[in-house]
Amino acid sequence: MNTRTTTKGDRTTQRRVEVDASRHGGFAEKELVFEIKDLSVYYGSFKAVRDVDLVIHKSAITALIGPSGCGKTTFIRCLNRMNDLIDTARVEGEIKYHGVNLYDKKVDAVEVRRRVGMVFQKPNPFPKSIYDNISFGPKISGFKGNMDELVEQALVKAALWDEVKDRLKESAMGLSGGQQQRLCIARCVAVEPDVILMDEPCSALDPIATGRIEDLMQDIKNDYSIVIVTHNMQQAARVSDMTAFFTAEVNEEQDRRTGVLVEYDKTENIFQTPSDERTENYVTGRFG
Amino acid sequence: MAARTEALTTRDIVLKDLTKGARTDIKGQGFQILLLLSLLISLLFLVVLLLDIFFNALPVLQERGISDVIEKPVSSLAERAGVSQGIYGSLLLTAFVVVIAFPLGIGAAVYLEEYAADTRFNRFINVNVRNLAGVPSVVFGLLGLALFVKLFSSFTGGRTVLSAGLTLAILVLPLVIITAAEAIRAVPNSIREAGYGVGATKWEVIRSHVLPSAAPGILTGTVLSLSRAIGETAPLLMVGAVSGFFAVQADTVWDRLQSNFTALPVIVYNWARQPSEGFRELVSVAIIVLLVLTLSANAIAIVLRNRYDRKW
Repeated sequence: MNTRTTTKGDRTTQRRVEVDASRHGGFAEKELVFEIKDLSVYYGSFKAVRDVDLVIHKSAITALIGPSGCGKTTFIRCLNRMNDLIDTARVEGEIKYHGVNLYDKKVDAVEVRRRVGMVFQKPNPFPKSIYDNISFGPKISGFKGNMDELVEQALVKAALWDEVKDRLKESAMGLSGGQQQRLCIARCVAVEPDVILMDEPCSALDPIATGRIEDLMQDIKNDYSIVIVTHNMQQAARVSDMTAFFTAEVNEEQDRRTGVLVEYDKTENIFQTPSDERTENYVTGRFG
Repeated sequence: MAARTEALTTRDIVLKDLTKGARTDIKGQGFQILLLLSLLISLLFLVVLLLDIFFNALPVLQERGISDVIEKPVSSLAERAGVSQGIYGSLLLTAFVVVIAFPLGIGAAVYLEEYAADTRFNRFINVNVRNLAGVPSVVFGLLGLALFVKLFSSFTGGRTVLSAGLTLAILVLPLVIITAAEAIRAVPNSIREAGYGVGATKWEVIRSHVLPSAAPGILTGTVLSLSRAIGETAPLLMVGAVSGFFAVQADTVWDRLQSNFTALPVIVYNWARQPSEGFRELVSVAIIVLLVLTLSANAIAIVLRNRYDRKW
């Protein structure tokens, strides 16, 4: 489809870590995209997230749920080194992406973000035309093929093509919120990432637009591994294969809250037979 | 408690309260009149000023016509004096500001906003750029005199277009930096994150998204500083603008830049000091020309900005 050579080294190397196969079900057999070990994130001296161990499976939708301030967003922004943009942020531990430690000195954050795309909480299209929004990513990564075709494919994948095909040259700011968010997904898809990170992608959208995005996620999940942060537990239950429940524990010394991973399991297990009491309280709505 | 026995229903109360007639908001109306007055007073001064200038200029305009004044060079005779050298000098100085102050200022602003870490030293620089913008222009004139006219005289040729242009450029530089930095700061972070999110480098994010989004704001700021440069008089007097008549022998552009100069505000200042009635009328014409020059610079900027705005 395109002539780009985004693959440096062998992207499809099979890597497995020991996972409790009986609980992860079929996913334990799948390839791992991320292996996260002892991850702690600091903002200055404040510890925002501590000691996270997690694996992200290929071609699955992984949901991160938990109360506000439990570090979900901080965590997901480590997966494409978006936290690099915050001067005070510091990461300890290890995030292996297909076996490569993302925070190794030799790793280029820009290359990481070309493979691990991101969709943000609020739709943030560039204040440019719909076409330019999509073509920017491929252009800067050196795409030389047929740009019109690529733009169309990305928009078709994001289920937006029919709505915008006659006004590609118009400003993206004229689209509705839901359309803008699908445009952001199309923009992300256009660079052909391996993983798409979504940080509460539906929090600014109405239920109909949310439904369309959720359908879209199901449509594209075979091509991309998706990690989604959501406040909406029904959404996690509806769309995800795996769910990680984070919570915030009060840090006595600093009187601030540090996020911890409580439980990570297949979504049905998290919602039906959680093994931790805190998870059960949260998913049943009894959380403080 | 006794009154309650009559038991007013909500319906009765609503009927009574809502049909009392419209409230007369005396305080509010008084305030509105005050606001209107302050607007009118500000406008009044402007209108009086413009009318005064226009009527003063009228005899000259009727006698010689505006084009004659624009075309003629400076002269000691009011009947023959014109502002052609002033217009030329002002345009030349403006060009200097555009060529020197704008790239430097915008570059400095991009560095301060996008690259400089939030250290104490950089905050100190930021504060001082702001302070510089408040320094009286005559001080910049002194700087220009010491630096460009004296120290670098072998390069600038002394009291020349070059010295004056450099002085004006330095004068507006802090203003350009501040306004450009504010425009850049106003670009929402979500735009930058969106750029990084699809794998853009810092430079690509700045060039493709931050600068285009900030451009209308930067343009507005730069034109404000341009208008200031066109109107400045004091620093030009300091670096030695010619106030009498002069001739320029120039073969090359470099000769031109190294030659004597005057500018419209300097001519206005100079003519206004002349005792004769003829120059008093003439100065009004010069002011009109200066106003037209400034306003058209602003107009061009507004047109440019609107065009840029519409692009996306």
